[in-house]
Amino acid sequence: MPIVKSVVCPICGCLCDDIEVTVENNEVVKMKNGCAICESKFLGYKGEHRVHQPMIRKDGKLVPVSMDEAVHKAAETLANANYPILYGWSSTSCEAQRIGVELAEELGGVLDNTSVVCHGPSILGIQEVGIPTCTLGQIRHRADLIIYWGCDPWSAHPRHLERYTSFTEGKFEKSEWKAYMQKVKAHAGQKKIESAERRGFVKYHPHAHTQACLVSGAPQTLKKEGRKLIVIDVRKSMTAEMADYFIQVEPNKDYELMQALRALVRDQELDVDKVAGVPVEYLEEVADALVNCEFGVIFFGMGLTQTAGKFRNIEVAISLVRDLNRRTKFAIMPMRGHFNVAGANVVSAWQSGYPFGVDFSLGYPRYNPGETTCMDVLLRDENDASLVIAADPGANFPKRAVENMVKHPLIVIDPHMNATAMLADILFPSAFVGIEVEGTAYRMDSVPLPLKKVVEPPEGILSDEEILKKILEEVRVIKSQKTEAA
Amino acid sequence: MMQPKLRVILLSGRTIEQGVGKELGKSSPEYFEACSMVYMDAEDMKKLGVKNNTNVLVTTEMGSVVLKAVKYPRGPTPGLIYIPYGPWANAVCSDATTSIGMPSFKGTPAEVEPAPNKPLLTLKELLRCEFGR
Repeated sequence: MPIVKSVVCPICGCLCDDIEVTVENNEVVKMKNGCAICESKFLGYKGEHRVHQPMIRKDGKLVPVSMDEAVHKAAETLANANYPILYGWSSTSCEAQRIGVELAEELGGVLDNTSVVCHGPSILGIQEVGIPTCTLGQIRHRADLIIYWGCDPWSAHPRHLERYTSFTEGKFEKSEWKAYMQKVKAHAGQKKIESAERRGFVKYHPHAHTQACLVSGAPQTLKKEGRKLIVIDVRKSMTAEMADYFIQVEPNKDYELMQALRALVRDQELDVDKVAGVPVEYLEEVADALVNCEFGVIFFGMGLTQTAGKFRNIEVAISLVRDLNRRTKFAIMPMRGHFNVAGANVVSAWQSGYPFGVDFSLGYPRYNPGETTCMDVLLRDENDASLVIAADPGANFPKRAVENMVKHPLIVIDPHMNATAMLADILFPSAFVGIEVEGTAYRMDSVPLPLKKVVEPPEGILSDEEILKKILEEVRVIKSQKTEAA
Repeated sequence: MMQPKLRVILLSGRTIEQGVGKELGKSSPEYFEACSMVYMDAEDMKKLGVKNNTNVLVTTEMGSVVLKAVKYPRGPTPGLIYIPYGPWANAVCSDATTSIGMPSFKGTPAEVEPAPNKPLLTLKELLRCEFGR
């Protein structure tokens, strides 16, 4: 059985490039090195939820049609629309995204990608103050202080710690995996003792409890040798359980906490006892750890971009990193979600000048977040058609936005029958990028990587790029016919 | 003392189960199990008299949705509830973009009340109920 090595995983922004896939009779039968989500995609992508034929909604039901009929109907719908939305783009290749920009320009529509509902605010923050960042390789080999702020990589980027941060064996910094395993064993042992105590097998030992109280609370763990891991979140996540120190911040108060840390890093004193629910004495310990590291990095997620403050949170996080760079070396990086959402920003920016929320309705690209972003256009009910590709706003957009989306014709390009596909008027099945089609994707640190094709797509199933090219071609024919008729 | 309703702050976000479910297919039982639930603080559940794995009704200004209440296993989160990303969370999350395009997926004020006899809606039922398709 052929084994394909060094496959790049097309799921999250980590783009792990060490996946090994065993193929038999054009099917993935076994895989190695992937996380739980990766395994479920490679082994489950051909399941019953796969769409095998183009469909059009007739009398309220999606019925199979020919590719030519679906392409013509989709092109006609888009060409006749005054203000269509072209949304998604994050789970497809840069090659398909490039055709998307061309199509949006041809139609005079709004081109937006999923970063509008994930790291759009990060981009706005970066546009305000710049970003001191680096590649994940630098972090793997050199970072001795890792901070995850408002993100839970164990759930969303399961191999991030193992490949790029605390649990990876770098050239200059060692893995903390063994220390973590010892902590887990010690914790399990403590639980057993407590259980035995409750059942009366072991006598109560007051001295042991006093000692436990003395070490809990204050961040003693920050004084340890080697790589340190700090997690800041509103709830104790799985990643927080692995951390050397966990700070539980009150919801919507990350901005205050970061400003307090900025003050402490600049040796100013705070005249309050607590900030965002965290005692100032703990923050002072954390500030010491930040200043005294050799190379630190802050990874941040939706806990900053989706809470009160939104892009202002990112602006102040970057400012904290800027302050820290006066004392030591520090970098900051957004935890990008979909495997090519970073690519969607890059392609949109080098083609149109703007990374997301681009409006072509005046014949040239305009960018004004809040006005030209897809969410706001939908909430104002201004669009009159939508094309959704490689995303699922039907499941991931607030209710009112989806209500307005389905009022008008909805064209969906996706391999699976997801929530948006169920709501579609015209549905195109597509091949899986990174499994059935090759392409380019950008990792969360903006390093482009080639995605591999490990199996052939089912017969008649085209790639996103091919479907978009067909629609674009047909749109141009319809528009030239209209011009001639006029 | 037991309370009929509890005012909380609603967060939505990723869980590993949601990630596995979405890759298997949005109409898969794994996705339904992973997304039609709400993590609650153990003490908050006691205040409402809600048992683990029983249904509750979450209501915000955007609407209401029935979810299965699950005790958050990793420490206290008083006054917070956490719904994994998905159409169930989006039935109640705030769509206020504060003029930058990003809805407020985290931090929406909400109310939770016990609803042991109200059924959970499947993805198809939820879409039909909300969007008529």
